Amino acid sequence: MGVETPARTRGSSAERREGKAPLRPARVVLQVFLAVTSLVWLFPLLYAVYTALRPYQDTAGNARGYFSLGGHYNFKNFTDAWTQADFPHYFVNTLIVTAPSLVLILILSSMVAFGLSRFNFKGNLLLLMIFTAGNLLPQQVLITPLYRLYIKVPLPGWMSDSGTLYDSYWGLILIHVAFQIGFCTFVLSNYMKTLPHELTEAALVDGASVWRQYYQIVLPLCRAPFAALATLEFTWIYNDFFWATVLVQSGDKKPITSALANLHGQYFTNNNLIAAASLLTAIPTLIVYFALQRQFIGGLTVGATKG
Amino acid sequence: MATSTQQPAAPTAGAPAPRRRRGSRRFSGRDKLVLGLMLGVPTVLHVALVWLPAVLSVVLSFGKWDGIGGVSSIKWVGADNYHQIATNYPPFWPAVHHNLYWLGVLLLIGTPLGLFFAILLDKELKGSRFYQSALYTPVVLSLALVGFIWTLIYSNDQGLINNAFGSHVDWLGNPKVNIWAVLVAATWKHVGYIMVLYLAGLKSVDTSIKEASSIDGATEVQTFRYVVFPALRPVNVVVLVVTVIESLRAFDIVYILNGGTNGLELLSVLITQNILGEASRLGFGSAIAVILLVISLTFIITYLVNTFRREAES
Repeated sequence: MGVETPARTRGSSAERREGKAPLRPARVVLQVFLAVTSLVWLFPLLYAVYTALRPYQDTAGNARGYFSLGGHYNFKNFTDAWTQADFPHYFVNTLIVTAPSLVLILILSSMVAFGLSRFNFKGNLLLLMIFTAGNLLPQQVLITPLYRLYIKVPLPGWMSDSGTLYDSYWGLILIHVAFQIGFCTFVLSNYMKTLPHELTEAALVDGASVWRQYYQIVLPLCRAPFAALATLEFTWIYNDFFWATVLVQSGDKKPITSALANLHGQYFTNNNLIAAASLLTAIPTLIVYFALQRQFIGGLTVGATKG
Repeated sequence: MATSTQQPAAPTAGAPAPRRRRGSRRFSGRDKLVLGLMLGVPTVLHVALVWLPAVLSVVLSFGKWDGIGGVSSIKWVGADNYHQIATNYPPFWPAVHHNLYWLGVLLLIGTPLGLFFAILLDKELKGSRFYQSALYTPVVLSLALVGFIWTLIYSNDQGLINNAFGSHVDWLGNPKVNIWAVLVAATWKHVGYIMVLYLAGLKSVDTSIKEASSIDGATEVQTFRYVVFPALRPVNVVVLVVTVIESLRAFDIVYILNGGTNGLELLSVLITQNILGEASRLGFGSAIAVILLVISLTFIITYLVNTFRREAES
């Protein structure tokens, strides 16, 4: 008893960290509150799952109505959405755009960030500001000139069957890279500034070139922010709706998120099928998020708090 | 070799200079080229595809152009587009109001809610990992998908609300109601984003200062108000910028639902409509874009000056 009292007064934070706090009323209220809130938050998604599992005939019209239990439950809406709407094709489109964009964004932004954070030169800060601000601009502000530019820039036939940057995968990749290196440069340069200068100074004395300092010293230390940025950028590029809507004309070249909007009018006249299609589209981002959750939060700490 | 023999001369240049000078002397020509390319290639790409179009938008906003025919067919009309937008373009002011509603709701409801959840989850209760995932999940979905998912709830005769309550509100069709219905969905997504930003911020607040203040007898609320919140200042700035920018950029969800018409007008949608629509009024659309640009830049520049001033000082 005598031992326990000082421990108690030293504050609940010690208990918190151990996660073995005794059941106190306040704590129960908090748990219940958070559990209810979480369910409320997940509700639209869970309801979409529920709707997707039910056949159209059970819910529409006067059979049972959407707000009902019973009837049939199966995965037919998912398989229908998959086959009717040509889902594999659009997933491949997304992959063609997302994978190279991600790689290029990380390579290019790490190079700029390295230059900006490890060397002092005139205009250093201004350049960092240009990158950071560029990423914050609303996309619509760029679109008229960009659209005209894309129509004017010719590409050989094997690269784009439209013959221009417009309506090609290349154009989409290019704008994603150009736009997103702004954000990644900001995050990575903040991170690289935290790496001790002695690291590269020692290499410098040994006569390491700039490239070796970047490639062999700084880059291997950037795995954590890379993982976080890859998760974030994957979600953003995967979910992009605006660029794909404006810069790609042919329906069969659209990435999945923007293709779904087209399909909406074309095939899906029933809400059950819409629900299934939406959920199918969301799966890759959900998987990536849950797989990389830990790195992701850690990486955000780098980006958010050093800013 | 030549570089190292010159080095002893450097210190005479005075106190602030040596560091930079020493740095640049050590570069070989090849190093300079490599560094130039590492910085140059991404910069050219970023400036050419982001800043150049932004500047050209400003130029275009002073002209009339249907996009057919070359650049020479642009008729320069001065500030006429701006004058028309303000006086003779019915959707403009509703769009401004909707953008302001968007900002207001995210700022007054979404952001505080995100902070609130972050504070609760920072207590690291049992199951907080689950709660965190549940609240964050909507953020991973695109706004386009969020639009589809909420259609299931709002839809007039197939939607959950009207079916469950026997109501007949046209949630997405009624121009007086739909902006608020959409804002519920937008807030749903926004809260998780803000929550994670604050959670990351809270984790970086030194726990010893929290403990110190609780030993001094401060209540939990007092500790937060006087100790934790001030320490969160950098995150607060980021969150503020994110909130403002998100509400200015809002587009996908309204565009999916009804093309951003009939009560869901937003500045971003008006730009898109003028540029891609059949009218193809590129100058006019650009003028709206410039209005959006000026508003955004006001916030962006304030933010950058704020952020980088500290850095320049150190």
